[in-house]
Amino acid sequence: MIVHINGDQRELSSQLQTVFDLVNDYNLSEKNVIVELNGRIIEASKHRDTPIQEGDRVELVQFVGGG
Amino acid sequence: MQERYSRQVLFDSIGEKGQEKLGQKHVCIIGAGALGTGNAEILARAGVGRLTIVDRDYVEESNLQRQQLYTEKDAKARMPKAIAAKDRLNQVNSSVTIHAEIQDVTVEEMERLAQGVDLIIDATDNFDIRFIINDVAQKFNIPWIYGGCVSSYGLSFTVIPGETPCLNCLLQTVPLGGATCDTIGVIAPVVQMVVSYQTAEALKILVEDWSSLRKKLVSFDLWDNEHVSIGVERMKNSDCPSCGDHPTYPYLSYEQQTKTAVLCGRDAVQIRPPKKMARDLDALERILESQNGEVNRNPFLVSFANGDHRMVFFKDGRVLIHGVNDISEAKSLYHKIVG
Repeated sequence: MIVHINGDQRELSSQLQTVFDLVNDYNLSEKNVIVELNGRIIEASKHRDTPIQEGDRVELVQFVGGG
Repeated sequence: MQERYSRQVLFDSIGEKGQEKLGQKHVCIIGAGALGTGNAEILARAGVGRLTIVDRDYVEESNLQRQQLYTEKDAKARMPKAIAAKDRLNQVNSSVTIHAEIQDVTVEEMERLAQGVDLIIDATDNFDIRFIINDVAQKFNIPWIYGGCVSSYGLSFTVIPGETPCLNCLLQTVPLGGATCDTIGVIAPVVQMVVSYQTAEALKILVEDWSSLRKKLVSFDLWDNEHVSIGVERMKNSDCPSCGDHPTYPYLSYEQQTKTAVLCGRDAVQIRPPKKMARDLDALERILESQNGEVNRNPFLVSFANGDHRMVFFKDGRVLIHGVNDISEAKSLYHKIVG
């Protein structure tokens, strides 16, 4: 499945089916990441129920502590 | 208008009026590390009337790669960062009043520091203090600008009380155990980029050009060449306990604070997160193994010895830091490892 993540085209393994899977695959936690899917923010509580589909545009913003 | 600000005054959106406003404003910068020194230098050069700079740490050699106000001399003398920053900024622009405080910022301190301030810049290294800044900013109606960076990645968001979502709307809970500059490093360009986003927004706020604010959450990776900007307006939550219709400012209450205690006679400080947690000891062990130091592990805890200090991380979230009896030094060591 081809999707666009943070502006780059990526081929995702077929095992990744939901926003939750994708966030995990990027070694992120739903506690410190904001996910936008096709222009809409997906709340953390909906990550598991939100499927990723061919051609989706995903933006992932991770909050980091350093400074 | 003074010659020194002429190029900034020629910039239409600031102009003479904006420059005059800058001179009347007071900005509080929490933290004088990489982001703090970058923000402070730009705002001092821009002619902001008063800067308060607060930091609990002292200058070390490993800071010099990116903390732009400090010199080898400061590192050798272990100068407190707030003082070294003030000394340098006085040389950069003597017309700016600099208040320097060597201080571990707690709720009480933050409420005091916020008085009479037009803007708070977050230049801290952990989320405990950011959630306190967030609540204090809402309580006293002061804009604040979040900035964070590790590795080649950074991000920023401007919080305007009553307008934008706040940090609590965006995250709901304090993230624990993230990567830090001490565990995975950081490069100076990413610091500068976050500083640029923060100070551009700061100048807009200080000259009261509210309509020019970015409004979006912005993040970037300068090594992987990614840039993301997303609209988060709809995350503003009217039930948010920090900025909603009936705020309770939860992070200003004792229960929500990270607790610290000096263990008398043991030369150790205990740090306990506000809520019981199940610390991922496997992940922590991996992080610590990449550090200079000795890591020991049993089913209940991970111990990490480095120089004069030994940190013991328990599964329930508690950490004992041996070899210190000063709370702010202990917190500083703790946040360098666990964010």
